[in-house]
Amino acid sequence: MTLLQFWRSHASEFASLVGQHMMLVGLSTVVAVAAGVPLGILAAHRPRLGAPIVWLANMVQTIPSLAMFGFLLPLPFIGGLGARMAIVVLILYALLPIVRTTTAGLRSVDPALVEAGTALGMTPGQLLREVELPLALPSIVAGIRVAAVIGVGTATIAAAVGAGGLGEYIFRGLSMVDPTVIFAGAVPSALLALSIDGALTLIERRLRAGRRQRPRRRVAVAVALLAALAAGGIVLARRTPAGTIRVGSKSFTEQIILGELLAQAIETRTRLPVERRLNLAGTFICDRALRTGDIDMYVEYSGTAETAIFHAPPAGGREEVLARLAQRYAAADLTLLPPLGFENTFAMLVRGADARANGWRTLSDLVPDAPTLKAGFGYEFLQRQDGYPGLVRAYRLRFAGTPAAMDLSLTYRALAERQVDLIAGDATSGLIEGYDLVMLADDRHYFPPYDAVPIVRGAVLREHPEVGEALSHLAGRIDAAAMRRMNHAVDAGHRDAADVAREFLDMIK
Amino acid sequence: MDTGPAIRFAGVHASRGAVEVLRGFDLLIPTGETVALVGRSGAGKSTILKLINRMLAPRTGTIDVEGRSVAAWDRFDLRRHIGYMMQEVGLFPHMTVARNIAVVPALLGWSPSRIEARVDELLSLVGLEPASYAARYPAELSGGQRQRVGVARALAADPPILLMDEPFGALDPVTRGEMHREFGRIQAQLRKTVVLVTHDMGEAFVLGTRVGVLADGALAAIDVPSAIARSSDPRVQSLLQPLLDATAVLEGGR
Repeated sequence: MTLLQFWRSHASEFASLVGQHMMLVGLSTVVAVAAGVPLGILAAHRPRLGAPIVWLANMVQTIPSLAMFGFLLPLPFIGGLGARMAIVVLILYALLPIVRTTTAGLRSVDPALVEAGTALGMTPGQLLREVELPLALPSIVAGIRVAAVIGVGTATIAAAVGAGGLGEYIFRGLSMVDPTVIFAGAVPSALLALSIDGALTLIERRLRAGRRQRPRRRVAVAVALLAALAAGGIVLARRTPAGTIRVGSKSFTEQIILGELLAQAIETRTRLPVERRLNLAGTFICDRALRTGDIDMYVEYSGTAETAIFHAPPAGGREEVLARLAQRYAAADLTLLPPLGFENTFAMLVRGADARANGWRTLSDLVPDAPTLKAGFGYEFLQRQDGYPGLVRAYRLRFAGTPAAMDLSLTYRALAERQVDLIAGDATSGLIEGYDLVMLADDRHYFPPYDAVPIVRGAVLREHPEVGEALSHLAGRIDAAAMRRMNHAVDAGHRDAADVAREFLDMIK
Repeated sequence: MDTGPAIRFAGVHASRGAVEVLRGFDLLIPTGETVALVGRSGAGKSTILKLINRMLAPRTGTIDVEGRSVAAWDRFDLRRHIGYMMQEVGLFPHMTVARNIAVVPALLGWSPSRIEARVDELLSLVGLEPASYAARYPAELSGGQRQRVGVARALAADPPILLMDEPFGALDPVTRGEMHREFGRIQAQLRKTVVLVTHDMGEAFVLGTRVGVLADGALAAIDVPSAIARSSDPRVQSLLQPLLDATAVLEGGR
């Protein structure tokens, strides 16, 4: 599928994502200007107060954006999934360039002019408005430009916390290992950054050079431009009606398909509107979002829930784990629905050619050769109790060097391209067939059971019993083979998760 | 009308940083006079001007403007009441000539039509054709033209007092001579109280109705130019020396 075809077939979604992106950047930049310029003035006029302001803004800039989302997620008011927190984060990032250039611009004003203004009888406020700010304006506009361009880039990360925007395509493309989908988000995002950069550079250059234009009018144009960006974004980004059921998912293909299955099951069997907050960055964020009510449901895996969420050592069989989980979730008024029917255990994957050449069938087979192998794992697997640390202990594994840490969605390709020799993927991944990979059996039964189970907020089930009824039709209906087929259709067949889910629902009707 | 002195310094001590530049400075400036204060660099010339419009405060002593201590004036009213011109002119580069001249009238809340009429009047007064100069920016003017706009701006709200800090110091000698004649013409018309500081005794002689010589933080002499020229005070003599040298060259050169 070419880029143009993709955009054409996703036209309304694309418009909505572009809108969300513009809204995120426009709104956050306007607020950052409103806060940053006064802070910059303060920093320029009161260096003692200013130093800590600039220091703080500098500190904020050093925090990676995804980590910042993680920090803020649990906070009241500003935290939570969606555009609000994304805008808060974007504002924080936009502040530094604006504060800094405002301060620098004011400091570069010729002291003789400040003296002249004072001698003419200007009050400090008049001096600021009439002399200092107009002269600092080109510098301030340069700061706004930098802030907005950074904002366009950072806003793509906002998709990880359900704020939408063009990052949706980038994350989706990464999880599908489909460059077309990545470009579908990355190209317009880059174009947006370039056009904002170009427009503001033009304004800045005119301000610096001619002095012929009325500066006030230029600023008005710049502010109007950003406001229009925000307003246009708000129009394009669809509003959600009240009583909407919000379905979440993690950011890999299977989760997105499962999210679609839940969403479409509710859409076809009830009259409730559904909002999709798919592509959330990992277990932690999904669980947080569920507990704060930012999403109403998502599909979790029993072993993951037990170890990664409740930090309990994995023990017991499938039924035992499920019963224990139901109790634990009930404490937070969350309901564990019956399992969907398949297990998605961690799959220790190697290239098919290597497995056949070395006769590897189980993980134990691999142990003697491990010191010559390079491993690559997703961030979550490296951290989790039921992940890498326990695995090496259980099998006494030693690899060549420390495992490469990378995004889960990138590990398959890294393995296929021989950058690493062993990865921890999903047992149901469509890429296993696509790339001719072999899953090594967990012969020591290290991994706990990973039954896929929908977890739903109790309040939603009580308020809308029809939701529980609609979802009950999925119970036990998705076996591992079906899941793998759907994953394969999306990952290798480059089909839309929504279409694949719809066909499956039609089939099991 | 106030018949007393326009400006009075009594026993003023003032410092710039750690250096005491004025030590018991006294000065009386009658209304309508042009007093030119001459001194070496660092003699406290600019300090005197800034004390008058309260951009600096004295350590001790009093400064009265129109019979009232500057400390009793609202400092913004005081500054709008006093025209100020400095060496760098200090025209605002982001404002047109007309807007630069209109700064103080605008601060005083004049109506736009009154301001516009006043700007035209002042541009004509300083010899700049309003139709071709009002809309220009300072960067589009020559040094002499900027200086003229500076004069117009200082006079904009018709202040009774005008302070000039080395006003023509940055100009070439020919343009400076031209400005000196212009100043004489304007001052003959307006009769402002003018305090002008310069390190150039020649300029002081041309412009001042009285010339004051600053030395050691106080006034060494103040008198009409002809009297100053005859002074035997060594502190006055040393400032006169460049003028005497020039005259000697002219007279003895042939």
